[in-house]
Amino acid sequence: MGELSMKIKMITRAAAVASVFALSGIAATAQAATLEDVKAAGELKCGINTGLPGFAFTDDNGKWAGFDVAYCRALAAAVLGDADKVKYVNLTGKNRFPALASGEIDILSRNTTWTFSRDLDLGFTFLGVSYYDGQGFLGRTSLGVKSAKQLDGASVCIQTGTTTELNLADFFRVNKIKYEPVPIETNEEARKAYEAERCDVYTTDASGLAATRSTFTKPSEHMVFPEIISKEPLGPLVRQGDDRWADIGRWVLFALINAEELGVTQANVDEMAKGTNNPEINRMLGTEGSLAAMIGLDKSWAINAIKAGGNYGEIFEKYLGKDTPLAIARGLNAQWNNGGLIYAPPMR
Amino acid sequence: MAKVGPHNSRVPLEIGRLMTDERSRAVILQLLVLLGVLLFFAFIVSNTIANLQRVGLASGFGFLSDAAFFDINQRLIEYTSQSSFGRALIVGLLNTILVSALGIIAATLLGFIGGVLRLSDNWIVSRLVTAWVEFTRNVPLLLQIIFWWAILTSLPKVRDSISIGGVAFLNNRGLRTPAPLFETGMEWVVAALFVAIVASVVLVRWARKRQEKTGKTFPSALATFCLIIGTPLIVYFLAGQPVNWDLPVRTRFNFRGGFNITPELIALWFALSTYTAAFISEIVRSGIQSVSRGQTEAASALGLSKNQTMRLVIIPQALRVIIPPLTSQFLNLTKNSSLAIAIGYQDLVSIGGTILNQSGQALEVVGIWMAVYLSLSLATSAFMNWYNKRIALVER
Repeated sequence: MGELSMKIKMITRAAAVASVFALSGIAATAQAATLEDVKAAGELKCGINTGLPGFAFTDDNGKWAGFDVAYCRALAAAVLGDADKVKYVNLTGKNRFPALASGEIDILSRNTTWTFSRDLDLGFTFLGVSYYDGQGFLGRTSLGVKSAKQLDGASVCIQTGTTTELNLADFFRVNKIKYEPVPIETNEEARKAYEAERCDVYTTDASGLAATRSTFTKPSEHMVFPEIISKEPLGPLVRQGDDRWADIGRWVLFALINAEELGVTQANVDEMAKGTNNPEINRMLGTEGSLAAMIGLDKSWAINAIKAGGNYGEIFEKYLGKDTPLAIARGLNAQWNNGGLIYAPPMR
Repeated sequence: MAKVGPHNSRVPLEIGRLMTDERSRAVILQLLVLLGVLLFFAFIVSNTIANLQRVGLASGFGFLSDAAFFDINQRLIEYTSQSSFGRALIVGLLNTILVSALGIIAATLLGFIGGVLRLSDNWIVSRLVTAWVEFTRNVPLLLQIIFWWAILTSLPKVRDSISIGGVAFLNNRGLRTPAPLFETGMEWVVAALFVAIVASVVLVRWARKRQEKTGKTFPSALATFCLIIGTPLIVYFLAGQPVNWDLPVRTRFNFRGGFNITPELIALWFALSTYTAAFISEIVRSGIQSVSRGQTEAASALGLSKNQTMRLVIIPQALRVIIPPLTSQFLNLTKNSSLAIAIGYQDLVSIGGTILNQSGQALEVVGIWMAVYLSLSLATSAFMNWYNKRIALVER
C-alpha cells in the first residue's frame, strides 16, 4: 500500500464529506422565498422564448425585447427598481418546465398556455392571462384549400411537447382526417421546414402564426385558415409553493392592465404620481393607501413597472400592434369595457 | 515508527497497531470511504424525494399507462394518439434500434472498405480516403446530421416527385415504396426461409470438414446464397404468390399508402454511418498494420494472391485487434443516434422529451433513458465480447 494511494483515499473521503455539506447548503436555499433570492441576486431570472417575433426577439442593439420580455422588465422594475436587471434564459418548448421547476429561472414568461394539467400535475402556479390566443393553421394560398377540415393527408409542422401537439391530434381525430406530423423543436426550424415545403401547413398559436408570416418574403402568399381550434390563454407562471412571489407577479400584471384602463401611460405616470382626482390611480401609484406595504415592495413599485415599458395597451401596440409587421388586432385582448377579455381586479 | 508491511504477514495484528499496520489501515480507510459514498447517495435520494414532495410532484411509473394524445410519424408498430405513454416509448425505442442497427451495418461495411483502401498501393485512392476520413472525423456530428437533412429536404417537392418505376416515389418528404401485405400462405415462405438458413449452416460446416480432410474446396458462399434466396422463392411461387402490394397513390397533398421512409431517418442514417465509418476505417487500418509483415511474405511465398492473403490470412488475425475498439464505436453510434432530436426523427430521446414535458415526470423519464441505453450498450458489448472470444487465436 503506497503513501500516494493512501493520500488519494484521504482526499476522496474529505471531498465526499465536503460535498455533503455543500449540497445541504443548496437544499437549504432552495426552500427560501423567491423574492428574497431575487433581491439577494440583484437580478430577475426570466425564462423567455428562443426567438418569436413580437414576443421575444433581439432588437438592433442586441437587447431582448417583446411582449413577454416587457412583462419581465416591468416585474424587475417593480421588485428591484431597475427594468434592466433581468437575466434572460432562452428556453425551448422542451426545457422550459424543467428550468422553472429546478429553480434555474424565477419566472417563465414564454407564451405558455394555462391548462389544467400544467397547473395541477406539473406543480406550477399561473399568474393570470396576458394574451388570449387560439391555435390556428398557416398554409400556402396556392394549396387551394379554404378550411382546415380539407387538410386530409397533409404534412403538418408541429412543435413537440406543446399543447398544440395534443390539440392537433384531437382535431384530426375528431374530424376523421389523417395527417403526417413533422416534429420540430423551435419556431425557426418550423419556418425553414415550411419554406422548404417539407410540410404543407404549420400549426401553432395564432399569434405565433402571425409572427412567422411576418418574416416571409411574400406574406400575401400565405394564409391563416379560419379555424381557431383551441383556447390558448397565455400568461406568466411561477413554481408552486411560494404564494408571496406569485402574488407579486400577479399584481404587477394587473397593475399594467389597470393602468391602461385608468389612462396611466409611460409618458404621464410621473405627473399622475403627484396626485389626481381618481382615488384608484392614487392608490396604485402610492399617493393614497398602503398598497406598497401590503405587497412588500418599494412605494413606487407600480410607477416603476409602468415606466419600464408603458401600460398593457402601450406594450401591445409597440410589439404586436398595427405598426409592427405582425399587425395583430386587439380582438379578445382589448379591455373589458372595449369588447375584449382583458380585465384586472381593482387596486383597493 | 516501524511499518508493518504485507511481507510481514507472519507478524500478528495487534489492536494498538490498527492504524499503523498497513493491512488494517487499508481496510479501515476503504470502509470509511465506502460509508462516505453511501451516505452521500442516501442524502441525494432523500433530498430529491423531499423536494419532490414539497413541490407536489408525484413520483412513480404509473404515468406510463396514461394516454399520450400526440402522434408519431415514423413508427414500426401500431400507434395512435390514444395509445399510452408506454407504447409511445416503445415506438421510440424501436426507432432508436432501427437507426442504430442500420447505422452499425453501414458503418462497418464502409469502415472496412475505407480501412483497406487507405492501405492501397494506388496513391490517389489512398489520399482520397485519407482526406475523407480526416474531414469526417473532425466536423461535429450534429453539423453533419443537419447538413444531410438540408440536402435531403432540397430534393424535389411533392408535386415534382421523382418516380421510380411508377411504384416508388422520391421527394423531400421521403421515399415512398410499396408496402407488402402478407396473406395466407406466407407462413410457408417464412418456414422455408428458416429451413434454408439451418440447411446452409449445416452445409458450411460439412464443407469445412471436407476441406480439412481432403483439401477440396466447396463454393459454400455461392451455395448458401442460392439456398437462402432460392428456397423461399420457390415456395413463394408454389404457394400462389401470397403477397399483395399496397401501392402509394397521389393525393392532394402527399401520397397515401405504401411505406414511407422519412428524410429524417435517411439523413440520420447517412450522417451516423459516414461519421462512425471514418473512425472504424482507422481502427481497421491499425488492425491490419498490427499483423507482422512476415505473414504477408509467407502467404505470398505459398502462392496466395493479394486478395486471398488479405481475406484468409491478414483480416482474421487483424480482427483480434479490431474488435474491442470496434465495440466502442458501435456503442458510440447507438448513443449518438439520440441527436435525432435536432432534425425531428422521433427516437427514444425525442419521444421521452415530449412525455417529460406533458407529464412532468422528469426523473422517471431520465431513469428510463439511462436504463435503456445501458441495456443496449451492455447487450452490444456482450455480443461483441462473445464474438471476440470465438475468433481469438488459440495458442497451442
